[in-house]
Amino acid sequence: MGYILTGLKEAVHLLFSFDRGTYTIIFLSLRISGTAVLLASCLGIPLGALVGLHRFPGRGIITTILNTCFALPTVVVGLFVYLLLSHRGPLGMLGLLYTPGAMITAQTILATPIIGALSLVAVKGVDPAITKSAISLGATKVQTTLTVLREARVAILAALIAGFGRVITEIGAAMIVGGNIKGTTRVMSTAIALETGKGRFELALALGIILLAVAFLINAGLYYLQRIRE
Amino acid sequence: MKNYTIQTHNLSKEYNGEAVLKEINLQLERGRIHAIIGPSGVGKSVLLRLLNLLEEPTSGEIHFDGKALRENNRLNLHRRMTLVFQKPVLFNTSVYENVAYGLKVRGENRSSILEKVKKALKVVGLKGYEHKRARDLSGGEKQRVAIARAMVLEPEILFLDEPTSDLDPRNVAIIEELIKYINGEFKTTIVIATHNMFQARRLAHEASFLFEGRIIESGNAQEIFTSPKDRRILRFIKGKMIF
Repeated sequence: MGYILTGLKEAVHLLFSFDRGTYTIIFLSLRISGTAVLLASCLGIPLGALVGLHRFPGRGIITTILNTCFALPTVVVGLFVYLLLSHRGPLGMLGLLYTPGAMITAQTILATPIIGALSLVAVKGVDPAITKSAISLGATKVQTTLTVLREARVAILAALIAGFGRVITEIGAAMIVGGNIKGTTRVMSTAIALETGKGRFELALALGIILLAVAFLINAGLYYLQRIRE
Repeated sequence: MKNYTIQTHNLSKEYNGEAVLKEINLQLERGRIHAIIGPSGVGKSVLLRLLNLLEEPTSGEIHFDGKALRENNRLNLHRRMTLVFQKPVLFNTSVYENVAYGLKVRGENRSSILEKVKKALKVVGLKGYEHKRARDLSGGEKQRVAIARAMVLEPEILFLDEPTSDLDPRNVAIIEELIKYINGEFKTTIVIATHNMFQARRLAHEASFLFEGRIIESGNAQEIFTSPKDRRILRFIKGKMIF
C-alpha cells in the first residue's frame, strides 16, 4: 500500500513541478491522437453522412464494414500498418516506421470507423423533415447535407470524443509502429506500460492521472455543450 | 388566356402498391390562392410534396410554366417555390438563422439578409425575436417563423400544408392575414391544403376538392362552396362527412 501512496505523491509532484519529460510525453500523445482524430473526422464524418443520408448500391455492405471495424483490435491495425511501412512493405520508402507519422496513420485507421459509424447514427437520428425543409428552402445537396450535420452536431461531437478516447488510450498499435522511443514516439499509454514493467510507478501513475483528467475534461466539455444546446 | 404556373397531368402516387393519389389534373393560376380541400388523410400533404418536388410521382407529369419537369433545372425550380409544413420544422438554431437560411443558401450578402430578415420578422409580429432559440417558441410563433422564412425568399409559389391546424384562434387569424398579405404584396401563387372549409372560404380564390385520392371538383372557390356539383362536397360542407 505504501508504494502506491508514494507513487501518487510523486505523480502529483511530477505534474505540478511541470517535469519536462512528463509533459513531453503528454503533449506528444495529445498531438498524435489529436491529429489522428482530425484526419479520421475528415474521412469518417463525410462517410457517415453519405451512408446515412443517401441510398446507393453497397450502402448495406459499407454499414456492416463500419460496424465491424468499430471493434478493430489495435494490435491487428498495428501489425497491418507495420507491414505497410516496414522497409520491405509497399510504403517502406516513406520511412515512416517508428515515427509519429506511423502512429498517426494507425490511430486514424482505428478512429475512422468509430467516427464514421457514430456519425451515420447521428445523421439518421435527425428528423427527415429537416432534410425536406432544407431542400424546399432551396438548398443544394451539399448544403442540405451540411444542414443535417449541423443539426446532429452534438451527436457528432460525441463521435469525435469516442474516437479520441479510443486512440489516446490504445497501446497495441502505438507500441508496434511507434516503438516507444523516448522523446519521439513515447506516448502516455506506452510510457505507462514501460514504467509499470520497470516497477517505476510514479511516472506511470502521473500519466494515468493525466489520461483520466483528459477524459474527464473532454466529457465535462461535452456535457456543458449538451446543456447549452438543450 | 389564363396564365398557369403549375399544371399536373394524370399525377398519381402509390406507397407499397396502395394508391394515395389518382390521376390528379390540376391547373394553378399565377398569383391566385388555391385551396386543396378535403377530409384528413385523403392525400393533400402528399400532393403538396409532389408539387414541391420533394417526392416523385408514381406516374403522371408536372409542368412548370408549360414546360415538363425534365426540361427545367430542378434546383432553379426549388428556388422559385417553397413549402411550409403542417408541423413547423425549424432548425435547431436562432430565429434569425432560421429565417436567413434560404437567403444564405442562395448566396445573398450579409447586409441584404439582415435587412430582409428584420423586415420579415416585423411583418409576422416577431420583431426582437432574432436571437431567441427557434425551438423554444410557442406553436403559433414557430409557424410564424416558418412563414417568415418562406416569405423572405419572395417565392413565386408558396405551398402551405394545414398551416393553422394546431393553433389557437388568435394565431389562426394572424396567419390568415399573413397569407393574404404575401399574396397581395408579392403576387405569390399560394396553394393551401386544408380540411377547414371556413378557412378555405376566407382565403381562396380557387378551390379543388380532394376525396379518396381524386380531385372530384375544381374551380372558383365561392361557386364550389355555394353550389357544389358533387353531393359529397355538399355533405362535407354540411358537416355530414365523417373525417
